[in-house]
Amino acid sequence: MTEKETQIPEKESLPKRIFKSIQRDPLAPEDDRGRMKMVMNSLILHIHPTKTPKAALKFNYTFGLGGLLLLLGTVLAITGVLLIFAYTPSPDAAYESMIALQTEVFFGNLIRNLHHWSGNLMVVVAVLHLLRVFYTGGFTKPREFNWAMGIALLLLIVGANFTGYLLPWDQLAYWAITVGVSLLDYVPLVGEPLTRLLLGGSEVGAATLTNFYGLHIAIIPLAIFGLASFHIWRVRKDKITIPRKIDEKANKTRVTTMPYLVSIEFVFALVWIAILFLWATFVNAPLEEAANPAHSPNPAKAAWYFMGLQELLMHFHPLFGAIIIPGMGLFGLFAIPYLDADMDSVGVWFRSVNGRWLALFSANLGVIGAFAFVLVDEYWLDLPGWLPFLPSSISNGWIPMAGLLLLLIGYYEALKAMKATACEARQSLFTLLFSAFITLTIIGIYFRGEGMAFILPWS
Amino acid sequence: MEKLSRRDFLGLAWGAAGALAITELSFVGFKFLSPRATDGEFGGEFNLGAYEDYPLGSVTPVEMGRFYLVRLENGGFLAIYRRCTHLGCAVPFDQATGKFTCPCHGSVFTNEGDVLNQPAPRPLDLFALSMNEEGEIIVNTSSPIQRDKTSVEDVFHA
Repeated sequence: MTEKETQIPEKESLPKRIFKSIQRDPLAPEDDRGRMKMVMNSLILHIHPTKTPKAALKFNYTFGLGGLLLLLGTVLAITGVLLIFAYTPSPDAAYESMIALQTEVFFGNLIRNLHHWSGNLMVVVAVLHLLRVFYTGGFTKPREFNWAMGIALLLLIVGANFTGYLLPWDQLAYWAITVGVSLLDYVPLVGEPLTRLLLGGSEVGAATLTNFYGLHIAIIPLAIFGLASFHIWRVRKDKITIPRKIDEKANKTRVTTMPYLVSIEFVFALVWIAILFLWATFVNAPLEEAANPAHSPNPAKAAWYFMGLQELLMHFHPLFGAIIIPGMGLFGLFAIPYLDADMDSVGVWFRSVNGRWLALFSANLGVIGAFAFVLVDEYWLDLPGWLPFLPSSISNGWIPMAGLLLLLIGYYEALKAMKATACEARQSLFTLLFSAFITLTIIGIYFRGEGMAFILPWS
Repeated sequence: MEKLSRRDFLGLAWGAAGALAITELSFVGFKFLSPRATDGEFGGEFNLGAYEDYPLGSVTPVEMGRFYLVRLENGGFLAIYRRCTHLGCAVPFDQATGKFTCPCHGSVFTNEGDVLNQPAPRPLDLFALSMNEEGEIIVNTSSPIQRDKTSVEDVFHA
């Protein structure tokens, strides 16, 4: 330390000295060196490097999605802790707590709305974050494991949402959890004992509420906190991929993180806090009648993020719809960075011009393909009916599954013929499957009416 | 066999002790969290009274036990669990048509629980039925009995 730093100015008042002593470095540094030191020595800011590549500050590269997840997590933690004080996790009292939140507790509705909408938004933003990283090649070496942790975090976020879904103990909650947990029942061998453990019995009841409450307020948040810390630490160590145009060298000019990055983050956070508060003020979180285990609503749907899975289950034998297809998808997602060897295109959106067109084409094909598949299967295709001598795991499982895989392999070869590199072909295949899954989710949410019959949402 | 050095032996011993400790703790945790049996309510036994009280060809809902007591035309009894085998909805019995029709995803079952209309993958589950010395029907709801096909052997005869 220099003499200048250690010397206490004589005329400084005690309150001012106490305030300054909170932070190791001056709050208003005067030069770049001071600004870098301030970031390095700050408890919160030190998740950032002291300098940031100037090009990486470009908003339409990251869209601030990772940061937004951190903000949503913080909002959820604060509102969640508040809600603990107004909620009783028992079947007799849970629904009354919700009514009290709406009618008696000061700002009860606002806090619940904030928590509800932030939680749902978090699922959407986590998926968008995954897409952003995927399409800019942000998972290539040395970031493969961080990609895997990101997927684990996405699953935990969905788990947090799902366990929270039950807590209001209304009809919506009760039956969405019943249907959602029953999907797990189809897993061979471990499915049934796992369901019993999760539900604390054979049906959703008091024990389920206790289990889900414990998972929702302690286990899952702690797991997310730990894993997210690891995730962010790896981002910091592996460094962010630098955006660039095709055939352009990455611009490695760096600026000090304080204020160039921190000010953008600050404004971004404020804008989103404003959006969340406005939304939570005007749009109420849904609350239906109190749960009635004897009366299922028609139709009974799982939570919205599981509707793609439920839709899949309507077309395939459960072993395939609930296990094999999602399992293969998840496995592919974990494996993809370890297959990717094209480091030259990292930081370029969709890898190349060709990659961009193929991805766009695949996305459209996914939407059309999923709709066509659902309609054909709904109104024409009836393999179990045509082949009644086969068990349904073959007629409604292996046969359509084999057909689907053949189509995908054919598409992969066609992509290769269209001069796609291996990583562009994988990218297009991922795009096709992802867009088909989103389409199935939308069909499940909006195009399924009474008895889960196909309907048009506008009629 | 190669001679095990003292260092390797101690390393193995530490590893084994660690694995044992983790297994024990997992077992304790698993048993602690596993569901408990509930007496008297759903999950326990139900005494439904004399069997003669139930007319032939009747389906009687037992709300607390979450099952239907079915008496077939031939006098046999079945205790059919209310939970749909597709995705767990509560299946109501339609007295007019004499069928179980699930409101959620359209599965239809006969009064014996056999699947008439998919997506349900298997017949409705059963609960164990027995009779005590006074001729009263006893239904044990502790664990549902799954079946791939309906069979005459499922039916309990008084």
